[in-house]
Amino acid sequence: MARYTPPEQSKAGQVLDIAVVVVAIFVALWLPLKLGFAGAAKSIDALDAKTWDALGQNATMASIWEKLGYTPETAHDIIQNRFHYIIDWPTLIIMAIVLIAYFVFLFRASDKEYREVINEKFDDK
Amino acid sequence: MTAAVETGQTTTIHGDRVSLLRVLGPAHVWALGVGIVLVGEFTGWNFSADKGGALAALIVCWVVGLLYTSVAMIDSEVTSTVAAAGGQYAQAKHIVGPLMAFNVALFLVFAYTMLEVSDAILLGDTIVAKAGVEGLTHNSFIAATIVVLAWLNYRGVLMTLNVNFVITAIAYVSIVILFFSVSPWTQGAVLKLNELVTPANALPYGWIGVIAAFQFGIWYYLGIEGTTQAAEEVRSPARSLPYGTMAGMITLLIAAAMTWYVCASLMPWEYLGITYYPLWDAGKLTGSPLLENLLFIATLLAALASANGCINDAARAWFSLGRDRYLPSWFSAVHPKYRTPYRSILFLLPIALAFAFIADLNQAITFSILSGVLQYTFMSINIMMFRKKWPLGSIRRGYTHPFHPLPAIVLFCLCMVTFFAIFLGFGSQLIAMTVFYFLISLWFHFYRYKFVRRGDQFSMPWPKPQGY
Repeated sequence: MARYTPPEQSKAGQVLDIAVVVVAIFVALWLPLKLGFAGAAKSIDALDAKTWDALGQNATMASIWEKLGYTPETAHDIIQNRFHYIIDWPTLIIMAIVLIAYFVFLFRASDKEYREVINEKFDDK
Repeated sequence: MTAAVETGQTTTIHGDRVSLLRVLGPAHVWALGVGIVLVGEFTGWNFSADKGGALAALIVCWVVGLLYTSVAMIDSEVTSTVAAAGGQYAQAKHIVGPLMAFNVALFLVFAYTMLEVSDAILLGDTIVAKAGVEGLTHNSFIAATIVVLAWLNYRGVLMTLNVNFVITAIAYVSIVILFFSVSPWTQGAVLKLNELVTPANALPYGWIGVIAAFQFGIWYYLGIEGTTQAAEEVRSPARSLPYGTMAGMITLLIAAAMTWYVCASLMPWEYLGITYYPLWDAGKLTGSPLLENLLFIATLLAALASANGCINDAARAWFSLGRDRYLPSWFSAVHPKYRTPYRSILFLLPIALAFAFIADLNQAITFSILSGVLQYTFMSINIMMFRKKWPLGSIRRGYTHPFHPLPAIVLFCLCMVTFFAIFLGFGSQLIAMTVFYFLISLWFHFYRYKFVRRGDQFSMPWPKPQGY
């Protein structure tokens, strides 16, 4: 197999490639934050009676909360702030499809490139 | 601009061949791995209690420990055989192909850079909380941490990891001191596990909460695989890497168990799940000012050690991409005096700073976990391909892990559970990140790959892989 000689990349081309990667990193990491995608469904299940007992705290727990500087009123929003796990099936299916498609593409395209590497490496000998 | 030409494992600058220095031993490997991870005991793991309760945090501590034991076993075998900077990147390049290697390097850079961001945020928040001064913000502490550690990394790997060894050891010893100071063999005096974790509140969300807790359970050990990044700077990779990695994993399993036991026995799970400083709070709740101050200092040291190791690892992964021309070769320069990948260190510095100011701790941790789990999924498939292409006996391995393929299967299954756990909290983010990796892969495969020298991608003195 003929040895592949890659083209030399100009300085402008290198700068452009660096810019593409930086923009891609920021879009991937920053955009979900900006769009408010991050974070699970958590909400406060408010109680009328704000006592340690109503909040499900025994005497030991209550004494520790107080040692940490909390009262039943101030601890209420922490204790009652609960997750509500709901499986959103369409999103789960989309996630599974995206992940599987990504890995399939990754392994197939990598294998194609790998064969070129192996052919050039071992045919040279 | 200095002309940098990559030639295999060296870089040529002004006509001189310059390579990374082989100066590290097993203790440095241990310090790199444990140093990156130990901060997870000081913050992050406890968010798993928020997701599923105190018992869920313990269950994931053990089960995720199994995941990471598989990671350490697999990694030790492959890296002791493929000893090159970039760790899993170099593995992917030799076993799967260039595109996979490109993706793995990005997983590494994202995981470590976001972990560094989390560390800096923790350090800043801890100092602000201790100072208790109104109007004081964490911004200056975050910036100082990232810049000073980048400078330390710029100046040399040996000094960087010597510093890491000392501060990691101090942080670790503080957990041991805390554990033995609270009479762990007696319940009721200081520790009150029976009264804090009751049948009624042990699993407040049931088993779905246990699965959800996997997301932050990863944080107990995330980064131990970073030991392999130093492969090209270790004096004896075949001995030092497996030894340092496995010793690190044992160290972390002990620290994680002690941390859970003390923290779950000292504070209600609702508080444990939301605090940023579980061990420092545990120190406070013992009523001992000495322990409180010790754990405060240890929290800072653990964050520093982790950020330090992360800069080291992320820069080496980025450097490897430049050296192989997967990214512009400008990044492949080695500092002529300090022999460090200085351009990669400097390039990643503003990215870390930017995210430290726009993301909060929870989000930065999740970014890091996402990239980590994608990487572990690759590792489970990679070891199967490695054994298939070069069966035992066909090449010299520094270490051969036992029970193959069981660790790979366990790792793959636990990664699937963790993806589901991430879906329960950050599903859209996972999709967004995977789409990003997909698009950047298309960019690489159809455009950037043309700059890559094909045959040079395989530098190990191995026979042709079976099936090719």
